Amino acid sequence: MMHLMTSTSDIPLPLRNARVHEAFGPGAVSFAAVAAARAGTVLWIREAWQTEAINPMGLSVFFDPSKLLLAQTRDQTESLAVAEEALKDGAVPLVIIETSRPLDLRMGRRLLLAAKAGQATGLCLIPEGMGGNAAETRWHCTPVFDADDSTLMRWETIKNKSGTLGAWHVRWHTTAHRLDVVSPAGKRPGSADAPG
Amino acid sequence: MWFPRLASDRVLRTRPVEGPFALTLKQANAERLHCLNMEAERQGLYRGMTLADARAFCPGLFSRPADPVADTGFLHVLRRWATRYCPWVGIEGDDGLVLDITGSAHLFGSEAMMLADMRQRLSRAGLTARIGLGDTRGAAWALAHHGEGRAETGAPLEALVDLPVAALRLEEATITGLQRLGLRRIGDLESAARAPLARRFGPDLLLRLDQALGRQPEQVTPLSEPPHYGIRLSLPEPIGLTDDVMAATSRLLEQLCAKLKAQEAGARVLCLTLRRVDQEAQTVELRLASPLRDAARILPLFARGVGEVDAGYGIDQIRLEAVQVEPLPVHQVSHVSTGRADQLDDLITRIGTRIGLENVQRFLPADSHIPERSFLIAAAAWSEPGGSWVAPRPRPVRLFPPESITGTGARPPRQFRWRRMSLTTARATGPERIAPEWWLPDDNWRSGIRDYWHAETRQGRRLWLFYTPQNPGWFVQGEFA
Repeated sequence: MMHLMTSTSDIPLPLRNARVHEAFGPGAVSFAAVAAARAGTVLWIREAWQTEAINPMGLSVFFDPSKLLLAQTRDQTESLAVAEEALKDGAVPLVIIETSRPLDLRMGRRLLLAAKAGQATGLCLIPEGMGGNAAETRWHCTPVFDADDSTLMRWETIKNKSGTLGAWHVRWHTTAHRLDVVSPAGKRPGSADAPG
Repeated sequence: MWFPRLASDRVLRTRPVEGPFALTLKQANAERLHCLNMEAERQGLYRGMTLADARAFCPGLFSRPADPVADTGFLHVLRRWATRYCPWVGIEGDDGLVLDITGSAHLFGSEAMMLADMRQRLSRAGLTARIGLGDTRGAAWALAHHGEGRAETGAPLEALVDLPVAALRLEEATITGLQRLGLRRIGDLESAARAPLARRFGPDLLLRLDQALGRQPEQVTPLSEPPHYGIRLSLPEPIGLTDDVMAATSRLLEQLCAKLKAQEAGARVLCLTLRRVDQEAQTVELRLASPLRDAARILPLFARGVGEVDAGYGIDQIRLEAVQVEPLPVHQVSHVSTGRADQLDDLITRIGTRIGLENVQRFLPADSHIPERSFLIAAAAWSEPGGSWVAPRPRPVRLFPPESITGTGARPPRQFRWRRMSLTTARATGPERIAPEWWLPDDNWRSGIRDYWHAETRQGRRLWLFYTPQNPGWFVQGEFA
């Protein structure tokens, strides 16, 4: 854990192209929104039965919701099929998939191959602890309470295939549409007891 | 060619009735007879009689409501059928066809043989038809409606001389007026002095007379054939390989796209029907995200549907039809590439073939303060992105149906449990009062006005709470970034 506390390396953003990434935790939607702010058209795939919906009004501080396409699927199998199709095509630079069940290696690998074929980026919003092995990075995103700021978030990489792990406190600058990395996570109070 | 009983013949073709039969139409607040069969006419019923009277005269009368739209459709079907005799076929009134058979009668032997052929085919189809043949359109009309027959070439008057003046397509008032003058037959009218007639009845009467006798020209206006976007390919040997089917589809597509291009249209829904040797037909429907007429772009979109077809013993007929067509004007070729947008449309189509085109959606802004109604979800294929997204106040990124928490009073609870988490409110911003839209009934807003709070918890979660003062209770409805 010590290397997390003292991490001063650069945050590995934007997400590496032609790979599939994973994010979980209560701040995963904001993480996806920040990723979408850097991309052009975004395809967001969710299962239609889920009651938790994204709110375009809330997302509008991150990016213009008119560039968002929403695919409502019946189940996860369909979601993955749509994601594979979209990634392979490459017309959409970022594909966000909300999953409800764990991805096995075969599914993860198929998504990865599709992303490589289409040079697009995939981002799975997974339930906690249900990551797949094929993911390039896995992020744990949690909002953090701060006395004088209400957008502070803690983003931690708990898996990174091509770099070191780290944790960062970030905030979204709503007027400049920019991500500010506040300071190394270890030097902030409250990060020691944050889940790692 | 006049069909005096077109409507009732159409209905009786599908469900024959023995005995008197009539179609009724509601006119001037009463059910009136609209069209009768021969049997009913023999019983003394007539057109325009009220149904109640007709029942009294003829207790065994079968009746059904008339359907004028279907009758018009049927007449257009007959018009298309009549093009087997000549290419120049128009529609005459509600229940007639007019054919210009100049130069095509010899194909059936002679005029008489052509008429016999028409009569035979129509009676076999169960249609009553009266056919008049004349040099002019007026003469033919007169003969068809009043005493069927043929006017010899060059002498229309001989055939018409004994017909009543009503055969001249005149208005009711004119006919009555002529009868009062004692001019009952066309022969009488022809021998009367023209000038007083024109003074008395206007130029229309003499125009009709001249048209019938060939002194004034009158054209037959053929109806233009509506474009038909269906192409068929019959194969000498059945095929079964996916590649073969795709090759055949590509041939059909090229022809169809050429047709679409000529009409400046684009296909929106395509239907590929594959008929197997055992007469079983399989259909592949392709719904496109935007109107298209580019064969090279449409063909790969069929790949998924064709792959799922079960060829059985082989496919020997393929039919491709553009079921839904939209106008697609020709665009100026420009150096700015539209490849990206095209690619996105194709992707939407491809995803649509898998999950249904209406499930690929986009958000559109809506004018409402109610959080759930501040945006619309529309199918991406039928909507354009647009509108401005301005959140008047910070809004959560996630919305869910309100979840109740324990709390009392108008300020957010200091400590509460939500989703099995114990949370402590560290800072709360609000309230923002949102009143229900009373003009739209909504069960979720039965509890009255809501005071929304942006609550930041010490544990990190930033929640959107609301309090309902008219019906005290606390709820969580969303989560902020």
